[in-house]
Amino acid sequence: MTASPSPWKVFRALVRRDLHVVSRELPFFLLRTTLQPIMFTIVFGYLLPKMGFVQRGYTGALLPGILGVSLAFASVQAVALPMVADFGWTKEIEDRLLAPVPNWVVAFEKILSGTAQGMIAAFFVLPVARLIMGPVQALTASHIGLIFAMTFLGAFAFSAFGMLLGTAIKGEQIGLMFGLIVAPMIFFGCAYYPWRALAAAPVVQYLVLINPLVYVSEGMRGVLTPALPHMPISVVAGALVLISGIFLLLGLRTFDKRAVT
Amino acid sequence: MPVAIQTQNLRKVYPAPPQRRRNYGTPMTPLGSAVPGSMAGREILALDGLDLTVEPGEFFGLLGPNGAGKTTTIGILTTRVRPTAGTAAVAGIDVRANPVAVKQRIGVVPQRPNPDRQLTAIQNLLFHAAYFGIPRSVSLPRAQALLDQLEIGDRGESKVDQLSGGQQQRLMIARALIHEPEILFLDEPTVGLDPQARLALWDILLSLHRQGRTIVMTTHYMEEADRLCDRLAIIDHGKLLALDSPAGLRARAPGGTLIEVTLDGDAAPVLAALQANPALNRAAANGEVLSAYARRAGEVIADIIRAAEQAGRQPLDIRLTPPSLETLFVSLTGRKLD
Repeated sequence: MTASPSPWKVFRALVRRDLHVVSRELPFFLLRTTLQPIMFTIVFGYLLPKMGFVQRGYTGALLPGILGVSLAFASVQAVALPMVADFGWTKEIEDRLLAPVPNWVVAFEKILSGTAQGMIAAFFVLPVARLIMGPVQALTASHIGLIFAMTFLGAFAFSAFGMLLGTAIKGEQIGLMFGLIVAPMIFFGCAYYPWRALAAAPVVQYLVLINPLVYVSEGMRGVLTPALPHMPISVVAGALVLISGIFLLLGLRTFDKRAVT
Repeated sequence: MPVAIQTQNLRKVYPAPPQRRRNYGTPMTPLGSAVPGSMAGREILALDGLDLTVEPGEFFGLLGPNGAGKTTTIGILTTRVRPTAGTAAVAGIDVRANPVAVKQRIGVVPQRPNPDRQLTAIQNLLFHAAYFGIPRSVSLPRAQALLDQLEIGDRGESKVDQLSGGQQQRLMIARALIHEPEILFLDEPTVGLDPQARLALWDILLSLHRQGRTIVMTTHYMEEADRLCDRLAIIDHGKLLALDSPAGLRARAPGGTLIEVTLDGDAAPVLAALQANPALNRAAANGEVLSAYARRAGEVIADIIRAAEQAGRQPLDIRLTPPSLETLFVSLTGRKLD
């Protein structure tokens, strides 16, 4: 009889499967997840400044926020949609649940795969948005390592969130989920305005702190336009690590509940 | 060598489905008054103290109607369902204590094909092998050999959606075998297959059995169970009703042919008139249907019809079933398989 493979070996096979599938689907994935932020960029980062409705300097606050939205939206979708379909009707994930590893390894691989897809979406949107907006105030790529780390943290937090949503919510409620949870998150996620500026509405400023997207948006500001006002990077990183941990624990738990009934 | 499968007092209670979905899905036994308390009547009792032992190399069948607990049993043995109480061991390994070691030793063919639709047929096999740590140099020739053996060798590069239902089911069998498991589980593998594909699948299963593999299969087809299995467990309402070889079970079928007469009205008065007839065994009235067993069915049908006419009933339909697993099943469960 064959000996059990190491979990790491199985994990790598799961990654290869996702690489194979995702690489083929990538154009559609990018279209699906980045079209909305790009259209937003055209209206708020190009048309409105050109018409004179907003100041040119606005793009400095907008660009990192747009990246945050792309990152979060793509990460959530990359995990939640396949989970809803796999557990809901295709049952495709069952062949991976038969792999000789604990089920959480399968779930964790999905979250990492979603993280990678979220990062790809962000790095796809960055040059496109910059091109549309023209020169962006205070934009610098000098902290490339920090940019990578922050993108990873944000994508991971939202992939884990996608795991929670995708396994806790029934298939027929997926539309409702995006309407009721993801959409408000985007609008109140400090993507289109910096958190500091919310001082104008103090109640809102403190309420939005429960929104994980706030930390992604502010984190992107901290690493992409460090000269503009933003939350301290250490606060953002701490919050994102905490949020990731909570969503990861909850997501793995709901995954297990779907995997073993 | 440990026994292939052992369950002891295995019990599974599912929480109640949401109210609005109550009328969907497979009918199972609502607990009703069996469990006092706030949840009473809402939970579903799927397995009610099941004890099974399967020897290595055995072709073992779980026979029962929909909702009998067959799929739940397979689910527990394949680590996908958590038992509420009792123990289950596969190849001597407790499924709850060490599901990973169990998964290493089993292959599973699901009731409904669930291939990875993003992949081609052969990629399904290669990736599944990789999940078991088998390198491509080993899995590629093995995959091709399995596809050939299952007569879908020319469909390896096809997308899964281009395969027919029967071909997809055979792909599922190939996938379940790619890592050469000790024990193969099949959950209603021939449901939805045309008769030709079903016969082809039987041949495949019998040849796997000849190679010495332990096979556990659920079915609600009598003929399939009779033809394929060394031993059969008849289960209903989550309980084991009978366990023996198909021949042993047939010998236990109540004596004689099952006669079922459908009348144009209540069968009870007819039953009363027939109670004294010594040629009839276990006569019963169920609504408009009168049923009884008789050694010589031809001789008693006239008696039944006469009794019916005297009671003012007309027979609409007469059905005879010779002694078989089917008649045993009806006598054990009071209902038909399908």
